[in-house]
Amino acid sequence: MALKASQLKIGDRHEVVVVRELSRTQIVQYAGASGDYNPLHTDEVFTTQVAGYPAVFAHGMLSMGLTGKMLTDYVGDGRLTKFGVRFVSQVFPGDTLTAKAEVEAVRSEGGQHFVDLKLSTVNQDGKEVVQGSASARIDP
Amino acid sequence: MVDRFPVEAGHIMLFARAVGDTNPIYYSEEAAKQTEPGGIIAPPTFVQASAQFDPEYGLRPKIGQRWFGSGKSPSGSNAEPPAETAPRAGGGGGSGLHAEQHYEYHRHLRPGDVLHAVTKPGKTWEAEGRRAGKLKFSESITEYYDQNNNLVITARSVGVQTERPVSQG
Repeated sequence: MALKASQLKIGDRHEVVVVRELSRTQIVQYAGASGDYNPLHTDEVFTTQVAGYPAVFAHGMLSMGLTGKMLTDYVGDGRLTKFGVRFVSQVFPGDTLTAKAEVEAVRSEGGQHFVDLKLSTVNQDGKEVVQGSASARIDP
Repeated sequence: MVDRFPVEAGHIMLFARAVGDTNPIYYSEEAAKQTEPGGIIAPPTFVQASAQFDPEYGLRPKIGQRWFGSGKSPSGSNAEPPAETAPRAGGGGGSGLHAEQHYEYHRHLRPGDVLHAVTKPGKTWEAEGRRAGKLKFSESITEYYDQNNNLVITARSVGVQTERPVSQG
């Protein structure tokens, strides 16, 4: 169901746990689906011994994809008009992520209604991993 | 360059699984008929999978070519990693990471669409990072067009080359 302009207020929030204890296997699954086989995400030997990271870590785009699931469930299928993020911290295997949206503006343009959202995805320690914004077409 | 990116229902399903999205609109034509779009659409970050259709994409092992990931040794092949993405030769261990991604949807993708993409370089800038040394940012803009040559998605990506691995904490 789409959101309604008449029922939204600035400051309204929506949040969902989008992954619990992220597995290395899910990261591999994302590599396969997206086609990004960078060993930093799937090859523990390379990542720890050559690249110097403590472990493999998730593709930024996996964090964005997980955040996108919260977003499309909130605004409705096919309603998104913009979605942008910055990757502010890395996501490691074992992390549990909560994706949050907050209503920043409800506006109309050319006879259509839109909501602008501020996005933030945090890990189990409350550390922000993704920050961003999105806009979606909503009902009156 | 991606000359031909066919959007397929099976690929949408695999992608939705990978991002943990159980929305039936990505899995079932029958279920998708009951939704507002009236059919299967792609999840919002799906165009990233255009990498699968880029013959030059540097982060996919190529058949018969050496690969820089581990094999017999930690960087097994001794192959040179793609310049902008992997640890730099000569130490420091910095690497290419994805810093930002932005999409503008002119319409949502459906199975049967056949896209092509045009990528242009954007701005470049440098910054001093607290956790990874000198950071070199570079932006690229990719426009995805459909089979009728209509612009469907505009993507802006920012990559960062770090001087050393990002310290944690």
